[in-house]
Amino acid sequence: MIFSESYHRFIDELKKNTGQDPNQCYQCAKCSAGCPVVAAMDLLPHQVIRYLQLGLLGELEESRTPWICASCFTCAARCPRDLDLARLMEGVRLAVLRLREGNRLSPADLELTPEQLEKLPAQALVSSFRKYAK
Amino acid sequence: MHYRYFPGCTLKTQAKEMEDTALAAASALGIELQELPEWQCCGAVFPLSDDELITLLSPVRTLAAAGGEPLVSLCAACHHVLKRAQEVIKRNPDTREKVTDFLEVDYAGEGRVLHFLEVLRDDLGFDRLKEQVSHPLAGRKIAAYYGCLLLRPAKEMQFDDPENPTIMEDLLRSLGAEVVSTAYRTECCGAYLSVTEEKVATATAEKIVHSARRAGAEALITACPLCRYNLENIGGPALPVYYFSELLAEALGVAALKEVARG
Ligand code: SF4
Ligand code: SF4
Repeated sequence: MIFSESYHRFIDELKKNTGQDPNQCYQCAKCSAGCPVVAAMDLLPHQVIRYLQLGLLGELEESRTPWICASCFTCAARCPRDLDLARLMEGVRLAVLRLREGNRLSPADLELTPEQLEKLPAQALVSSFRKYAK
Repeated sequence: MHYRYFPGCTLKTQAKEMEDTALAAASALGIELQELPEWQCCGAVFPLSDDELITLLSPVRTLAAAGGEPLVSLCAACHHVLKRAQEVIKRNPDTREKVTDFLEVDYAGEGRVLHFLEVLRDDLGFDRLKEQVSHPLAGRKIAAYYGCLLLRPAKEMQFDDPENPTIMEDLLRSLGAEVVSTAYRTECCGAYLSVTEEKVATATAEKIVHSARRAGAEALITACPLCRYNLENIGGPALPVYYFSELLAEALGVAALKEVARG
């Protein structure tokens, strides 16, 4: 558990860098209802916020959810509390990447045939390395 | 009408046909798109944490290079990144100072940042476009697919109504096509998950394509190379996916429509 000892520092940083306060969320779950990739998540989007509120950072660190989130901004567009959950997801991803000093994706992980690599837009590779590696 | 033009990496490679057809159409319409010199990749995703300054450098360099002239992109992702980077520069003086000092540029957020669709709607006008159409897409049943990046966040993108956009349908109508309305036109295609979580991306893309098929569409249009890639890479019966610019060029009679692989 990398976050637990420094919970307050982590939350303060997260608020400052994302401009979002998890405590503003009242758990209506509208974000989860509209998320297009929710079926592949182990924690639902509103549960990620709940875990942030409760300081369950070790659990968040192990969750697949921040890495499934595609930054589509649907949750942010619909939140009745005007919270940008896409930013909070980015904050969690960055914390894990930075604190673990490890990348989630390296060129060796790409299981693409030369033919697939030819077709895959450059944009997809740039995006995924930006999201999963630092 | 003169604009600076930022192509972005994918329009020079996998999405060359988007650039070719858009430039052909623009020139037929009297819209001059002058490519920026020595541009570099925008970074493809907008940094969502304010302490990520390095990833702002490239889009801000591009914005500064436009020198206050209107800056046009064709790719939805490039436009998203450039537009939001401009918002940061306008809104956050501290970040502006750090980034522009590092780049040694003088930039305070000036200049319109536009997607080419906005140029067609707001500067040219769909009515005027309609007058130029020599090969109307009569009887073609086309569905517009918007995805995420043009629309959201609406406060920053100011592109169209994020839940009920009309710009692509209005374009299709002005080209003479029959618009097919579909339920998932503003849902995410799976984006870059096709690199890391292919099954998840395929599932989201399938929902979009299958719903368009059920609604009677014969083809889809998009403004993003990654959307197109995902929408084409699905299981089950596929639909042709075109860039909006391909149908635009066809209707203007300036380029033959390339055959798009099915499935
Ligand atoms: S929609 Fe907003 S308020 Fe509702 S659960 Fe999600 S983040 Fe919280
Ligand atoms: S931004 Fe992430 S969490 Fe929010 S709706 Fe999109 S995929 Fe789901």
